[in-house]
Amino acid sequence: MANSRYTPRTFALEVAMVLGSICFIFPIYLLVAISFKERQAWSRQPMSLPLDPYLGNFKRAWSEAYLGDALIASIVVVVGSLIILTAVGALAAYFLARCKPRLGYVLYVLFLLAMLLPFQLGLLPLYQMMNTMHLLGKPYSLILFYCGYQLPFTIFLYTGYIRALPESYEQAAKIDGANEFQIFRHIIFPMLRPVTGTVLILNCVFIWNDFMTPLLYLQGSSWATVPVAVAAFVDQEITDWGIVFAALLIGMAPVLLLFTILQRRMMEGFAGGLKA
Amino acid sequence: MTQGSARVVAADTATPAPRSVWRRAWSSGGIGYGFVLPAMVIYLAVILFPVLQGFRFAFTDWNGLNRQINYVGLANFSRMFGDMQVRSAVGTTLIIAGALVVIKVTLGLLLALIVDRNLKSKHYLRLVFFMPVVLTPIIVSYMWKYMFSNDGTLNTLLNLFGIEGLRWLGDPTLALVSVIIVTSWQSVGLSMVIYLAGLQAIPPELHEAATIDGASTLQRSWYVTLPMLAPATTVCVVIAMIQGLRFFDQIFALTRGGPGYATETLSTMIYRISFQFGEFSYGAAVAVVFSLIVAVIVLPVMYFLRKQEVAVG
Repeated sequence: MANSRYTPRTFALEVAMVLGSICFIFPIYLLVAISFKERQAWSRQPMSLPLDPYLGNFKRAWSEAYLGDALIASIVVVVGSLIILTAVGALAAYFLARCKPRLGYVLYVLFLLAMLLPFQLGLLPLYQMMNTMHLLGKPYSLILFYCGYQLPFTIFLYTGYIRALPESYEQAAKIDGANEFQIFRHIIFPMLRPVTGTVLILNCVFIWNDFMTPLLYLQGSSWATVPVAVAAFVDQEITDWGIVFAALLIGMAPVLLLFTILQRRMMEGFAGGLKA
Repeated sequence: MTQGSARVVAADTATPAPRSVWRRAWSSGGIGYGFVLPAMVIYLAVILFPVLQGFRFAFTDWNGLNRQINYVGLANFSRMFGDMQVRSAVGTTLIIAGALVVIKVTLGLLLALIVDRNLKSKHYLRLVFFMPVVLTPIIVSYMWKYMFSNDGTLNTLLNLFGIEGLRWLGDPTLALVSVIIVTSWQSVGLSMVIYLAGLQAIPPELHEAATIDGASTLQRSWYVTLPMLAPATTVCVVIAMIQGLRFFDQIFALTRGGPGYATETLSTMIYRISFQFGEFSYGAAVAVVFSLIVAVIVLPVMYFLRKQEVAVG
């Protein structure tokens, strides 16, 4: 179908789709437009272009919602979780893919099962556990949670990829006298780059966007992540949409930036990674 | 080819390295258990142990604070069956999950079919429709809260056509519709890229062969394209279903379960019972039932869809 001819009907479809996409993305335009307007301006003409941009909303949102702290908290949680997830996940997947077949299968199913286990069931005991260990209100609790919660999915992606890799590289390295860890570190892990990219993208977006667990673990602490800080702020300020939208836009900016840089890679990651 | 020969070389020249008994016990298939140990520890501590604990709490009267934990048998469960709020939450959750599956599969497929054609703007269109997928759900929901407000964008547009504004989040039915609109807007792009990957994996020879056999465009779509998309459909349906069943953020931002309890889902309900009312054991019981519902729905659907795939392949 991709090589069919460009007919007037194709053109009509094209025009309709472009118009449709403009309607589709209109809420985002509105978000930007209103966040740059003062109260009287947006309440009178919310949809017009902000020709005379007003920055007061951003100043207030930034300082009153503690968005600077929230950004740091989010980055700490995301980076910490990603490092541990990638390392632990890739190591375990290497074992699962290369150990004795029956053991590998049993462990693989065990980890797969965890993807179906509803985390709501473990939510309360885990919360209680964090409370007993005095981890609530600290970013470690969230990092620990994500390392557990996203681990099965990470192992799943890595194992599928490693199984398809030929073993000859490892055997060659073994002959050259490398030990298991050296083989993993210098031979296997570098070959995993494509799937590591997918693992990083999917886990990063999931962890950055998650709301319920940080709400439970970090609400009201100085380590509130961006979604929690934004939600707490918006619930106070719900009458002034200019300030609310400024806070939302700041909260959205990091993911939007990441998406602008990695657009293609991200779409492929979502299409391929979730299909596995 | 290279792979095979390397293996032969390895088998010929490598004499098995002398290994201590301890080392042999510590490895499986030549790989030390140390590799899987960290993952196992995290898995047991963060997933398996809490889930089993949650299951246990469902049969107790624990409220999160009391030292003495008493087993109360099925009391929490029998209480649940008389609880109209639980029934309503189950219904709402199922409606949301069902609506999301239908909307995301049909619209996602439609979008994928369109942006797979030779449109000049196809890359732009893919980007635009996919972009909301990566945004934070809670932030997107607050953005839509403005669109839905009484003098918000949607009502302004309706007024333009001479229609009186609606109480989008104030009316029980409309509130549910609004929540579904927001989520569909945000996640239809995910179904689109999954279907798009499926479409691009169809070998063009299949279409050529069908054309030579005299199949019309419509027949080709129905007999060639759709069956070949079965794996993509499995993924889209399962993702949409799980998303619908675990629905939380959008409700939190848009309606807080209201008006009344019209948009309360099982997730928001478990949250409210356990963390706002402090009834841990009752919340755990709802979570057990919730898990059963998820398993009873998702597993058969997965099994059925996978079978379709095999039949095609």
